[in-house]
Amino acid sequence: MTTRLSNAQIAWRAAQDIADGAYVNLGIGFPEMVARFQPPGRQAVFHTENGVLGFGEAPPAGQEDWDLINAGKKAITLNPGAAFFHHADSFAMVRGGHLDVAILGAYQVAQNGDLANWSTGPRGVPAVGGAMDLVHGAKRVAVLTDHVTKDGMPKLVESCTLPLTGVRCVTRVYTSLAVVDIENDHFVLREKLPAISLDELQAVTGARLHVDGEIADLIVPEL
Amino acid sequence: MDKRIPSLAEAVADIPDGATVMIGGFGGSGAPIELIHALIDRCLATGSPRDLTVINNNSGNGHVGIAALIEQGMVRKMVCSFPRSADPRVFTEKYLAGEIGLELVPQGTLAERIRAGGAGIPAFYTLTAYGTDLAQGKPVAEFEGRQYVQERWLKADVALIKAELGDHHGNLTYRMAARNFSPLMAMAAARTIVQVTQVVAPGCIDPEHVVTPGIFVDGVVEVANPAQEEALNRANAVYPEVQA
Repeated sequence: MTTRLSNAQIAWRAAQDIADGAYVNLGIGFPEMVARFQPPGRQAVFHTENGVLGFGEAPPAGQEDWDLINAGKKAITLNPGAAFFHHADSFAMVRGGHLDVAILGAYQVAQNGDLANWSTGPRGVPAVGGAMDLVHGAKRVAVLTDHVTKDGMPKLVESCTLPLTGVRCVTRVYTSLAVVDIENDHFVLREKLPAISLDELQAVTGARLHVDGEIADLIVPEL
Repeated sequence: MDKRIPSLAEAVADIPDGATVMIGGFGGSGAPIELIHALIDRCLATGSPRDLTVINNNSGNGHVGIAALIEQGMVRKMVCSFPRSADPRVFTEKYLAGEIGLELVPQGTLAERIRAGGAGIPAFYTLTAYGTDLAQGKPVAEFEGRQYVQERWLKADVALIKAELGDHHGNLTYRMAARNFSPLMAMAAARTIVQVTQVVAPGCIDPEHVVTPGIFVDGVVEVANPAQEEALNRANAVYPEVQA
């Protein structure tokens, strides 16, 4: 299989599902790219756990203000209408169900919506940050991920073998090959790359892909 | 009422061995670098305080601030959500060598535990961490058909925080995202010491703009041009500076 989406293309696809005016938290790293691909005419309000709503692009090098950073400790700027708040308010926004969408990375996603994205096992220094809060706080929890690991192992699995971040929390997965919803403890295939067959996709997926109606073509621009 | 403290050395003079210390900041944003370094100076001069339990979101970056506190061997245990950073070597090496303890807490739970400590709420329930390794051993209860994990308050002997303006009563404003945990820690510590960029007279801060009311603050010390941890690390700073 040679065809797969780049991380930017996966982020682009996820961005198409974010409504104008949605309050959105993007996980550190790859999910942050989603902000670059908002469709014209839509503007989401981005939340960062350390206490900012309504932040914008990174400032030019040399113009950073290190009191103004995001959860990844990167310098940010503010959009008109931005707000600051302390950490308990920030996580009240998360845990109180006020965010519309959280978009996170994953090591594994299980067919019942369990997510593993914080620990690859007992070695090294464990670190969790806000991941366990975000998975239960947002109205919709979406995951961006390659369809398989670097070693070719499925990341969409029957049940997670890595330590869980949250149980039954993921609602949609955007992968390098497909868009998959999680409904009633099943993976439901919504879109796939036209160049890959359903059998080929099933072969690199660790749990059964259910079909419910039409499977749309996953079509993403060159980026 | 006058909560001003004339010097950093006096601000940190009474923190005993074995104290639990909340330190404000998220990464470098809001980190009270000068107060932390004053604590190191005191330990270098007197051998105390040591065996500290430090509560902060992270566990230090580079060789300044909390990383320097750890590097000096003053910290027995960290309570944090994300003990990693651009340069986490000081904590990592001591942790892997078994020389420092770690209580890992999800970030929102950490914030809420501190808030609960400040508000006199001994425990609360949250969905966060339910079904994960970080909920092991904690009571679980069902509310409206869902399972929630019981988490307990966090309190401290001392909070060291950084603010922007502080008046003689201890009313505080913060600068941008630098407030993060500090308003919560100010509530949750028996004694809260604040370094402020500017001390002003009572009445100079519009009451509408006060973020932390002075009732939560015990001492205010002025540090006019506070260091930024990120800037120090970009300059490869080490504290205390190595004498050539």
